[in-house]
Amino acid sequence: MKNPTKILPVVLAGLSLTATMVGCKPKTAGTATATDAASKVYVAPGKYDELYNFVSGGFSGQVAVYGLPSGRLLRVIPVFSQDPEKGWGYSEETIPMLNTSHGFVPWDDSHHPELSQTNGEVDGRWLFINGNNTPRVARLDLKTFRTAEIIEIPNSSGNHSSAFTTPNSEYVVAGTRFSVPMDNENGDVPINTYKQNFKGNVSFLSVDPQHGNMKIAFQIMLPGVDFDLAHSGKGPSDGWFFFSCYNTERAHTLLEVNASEKDKDFIMALNWKMAEQLIKEGKGKKQAVNYAHNTWDEASHSAKSVMEKEVTVLDYKDYPGLVYLMPCPKSPHGCDVSPSGEYIVGSGKLAALVPVFSFAKMQSAISAKNFEGDYQGIPVLKYEDVLHGEVKKPGLGPLHTEFDDKGNAYTSMFVSSEIVKWRLSDLKILDRIPTYYSIGHLHIPGGDSKKPYGKYMVAYNKITKDRYLPTGPELAQSAQLIDISGDKMKLLLDYPTIGEPHYAQSIVAEKVKGNSLKFFKLEENKHPYKTMGEKETKVVREGNKVHVYATAIRSHFAPDNIEGIRVGDEVYFHITNLEQDWDIPHGFAVKGANTAELLIMPGETTTLKWKPEKAGMYPMYCTDFCSALHQEMQGYVRVSPAGSNVPIKFSLNQKDSTVAVAD
Amino acid sequence: MKKTILAFSAFAIVALAACGGTEKSPEQTATEQAASADANKAPENPAADPERGMGKFTSVELGPIDATKAAAGEKEYEVKCASCHKLTDEKLVGPGWKGVTERHKPEWIMNFVTNTDEMLDKDPKAQAMLEICLVRMPNQNLTDDDARNLLEFMRKNDGAK
Repeated sequence: MKNPTKILPVVLAGLSLTATMVGCKPKTAGTATATDAASKVYVAPGKYDELYNFVSGGFSGQVAVYGLPSGRLLRVIPVFSQDPEKGWGYSEETIPMLNTSHGFVPWDDSHHPELSQTNGEVDGRWLFINGNNTPRVARLDLKTFRTAEIIEIPNSSGNHSSAFTTPNSEYVVAGTRFSVPMDNENGDVPINTYKQNFKGNVSFLSVDPQHGNMKIAFQIMLPGVDFDLAHSGKGPSDGWFFFSCYNTERAHTLLEVNASEKDKDFIMALNWKMAEQLIKEGKGKKQAVNYAHNTWDEASHSAKSVMEKEVTVLDYKDYPGLVYLMPCPKSPHGCDVSPSGEYIVGSGKLAALVPVFSFAKMQSAISAKNFEGDYQGIPVLKYEDVLHGEVKKPGLGPLHTEFDDKGNAYTSMFVSSEIVKWRLSDLKILDRIPTYYSIGHLHIPGGDSKKPYGKYMVAYNKITKDRYLPTGPELAQSAQLIDISGDKMKLLLDYPTIGEPHYAQSIVAEKVKGNSLKFFKLEENKHPYKTMGEKETKVVREGNKVHVYATAIRSHFAPDNIEGIRVGDEVYFHITNLEQDWDIPHGFAVKGANTAELLIMPGETTTLKWKPEKAGMYPMYCTDFCSALHQEMQGYVRVSPAGSNVPIKFSLNQKDSTVAVAD
Repeated sequence: MKKTILAFSAFAIVALAACGGTEKSPEQTATEQAASADANKAPENPAADPERGMGKFTSVELGPIDATKAAAGEKEYEVKCASCHKLTDEKLVGPGWKGVTERHKPEWIMNFVTNTDEMLDKDPKAQAMLEICLVRMPNQNLTDDDARNLLEFMRKNDGAK
């Protein structure tokens, strides 16, 4: 046997070496994760999460709903993009939701969800989110977790600084990222006439406090810069809205160079209460526009799309005092207001500091008319006059800031891949934590409201690389849950997201779960093609249109045998789900349908349009496993050639005719 | 020596398990409280009685057929029940309704149509039917009045006057 005393020093040396190496290495997943992380994110089977977390789906166009702290995906709510899984944008009832002035648009890029608020606190009634590409704002109903309304934004291109709300959700804002010629002007102009012809525009959408219905209350025409992000004032700054602006150079090409020439761009402060008053006084110009306003009606289980023709526009030049500009270094991105409403944090993407503006100082400077000049006729305040202070050396590439309930702010750093925690009062940096990798938005539940829930923070990262098992060139983008309850931030959990997560919102489960609808009551169904019981099932031919009034219940369709359909017919299957129990949807699919399946909730009627192209026998079946005999939930549709005289015939449980068969 | 170690580790495991078992995060406690609060809200179910099933209906008074109730019950039947139950004695998805009021007490029927899931899980007669039909009867979320109207319609269908 070897002498143990000889081995021991070697082992010790080895151990100390390992310890030293760990100490020097940048933090990796293993070392960066809190030791009690697992217990903090563990939600036992059958137990509920503490929070609902609504995450933008980015280029998926949807909203993902997660449970926190588990990071479990609870649901994907289709908003701006077709979703064949749920028939969204495929069923006849949902197609109008995706109508725009450009026709049916089956995709968008959703960025910034915002929960409705009451007294500056999230209230769990609705969630608003912007469509970035074909500018739109959607409202989701958190009773059904469905998109209830989508409104297109005229005079806008790239609705990025949206869908942020005022403290009582009086308004949701939309702002144009791309300045463009106004819709009622000729847009067919040389691009190099940008400075003459291109204008900026922000919209205020009023929200009906009872039902949530949105309306474009007014727009404000502004200089042709790019509006990036926004947040409402609150408390003392209630009545104001703040927008970050870049490209004040008004460049139209190679913006990464040409829109970065100036040392400072602006945070625009807009007095929306004044604008509201002006509108009440009948000010503003009515402008002819054309935009889609799509609403979902829960009683008829159908959407309708109306083209609106007019909008009221206030030109900033006509109303001094409506807008002011605060100089902000280097192409500001995030524009975030502290819970107290006193501080406005601008994050210049290329700045080596984070400026924090004071609302009180802004008010004093405005009263004293202390301006350094004007930009396109808008008074520009002096940077030093409105500055609360600067967070020095925060990191590289500051993007967004959220707040906790203890007077601290957290800023995401894209270039240096970290979050920096700093104190609002003295702007001292308190802590930093690496993110994996290249964080964009960050989110604290209620972190942009009056009342943050300062227990968790989520980092939404742009680059995933080695965080998950490789899945080819494309990887799901990663979210990272961070414990912010103590002095030091602690990484708890990584979990994948859908599309590209931009901003997110969260709310304690208690404010939402009790209102969640379990099924639609059959007796309240107002669908024009509803079938209230199997006795009412029928198949009706109207020229080359055939309406099938059908029902679904565990586990059969009525009728399940249909004959007399001809090539050239448009067949509309209107399926009513007769179930009246929670979580019993039925699916419906028919062979060759070039749409998608239907997923019909209990008590709901949904329609699939089908144009069979050749004669033959077409099976149909239920796609959502519903009972032990789900596999038996099937039927046949017989399609005859065009001009055939096979009569319409439909049945359920009709036995074979007794025709003698010769042996 | 070996035994001592074993015994010690066993003790350690027990101690650890005990700690794990008693430690509850505040959110866990919150959900548990929420769950028990929900349970408290549920109507009190008297102990099962094979004759009247389980549910809130302990005694149903029957009189001469109430035509209004029976008509309302028929309407309800057409929308929510007829897909699976015929009015003859023929079994479709579920048993035909002919004779149902003779096979079951009125309380049992009203409990079964309003407290379907619990009855299917626990009531011997409901379970015996499930073994034959193999499709759990859907809970159609009937109100107490709906249930009473349906019962009246079933009685009428069985020839009661």
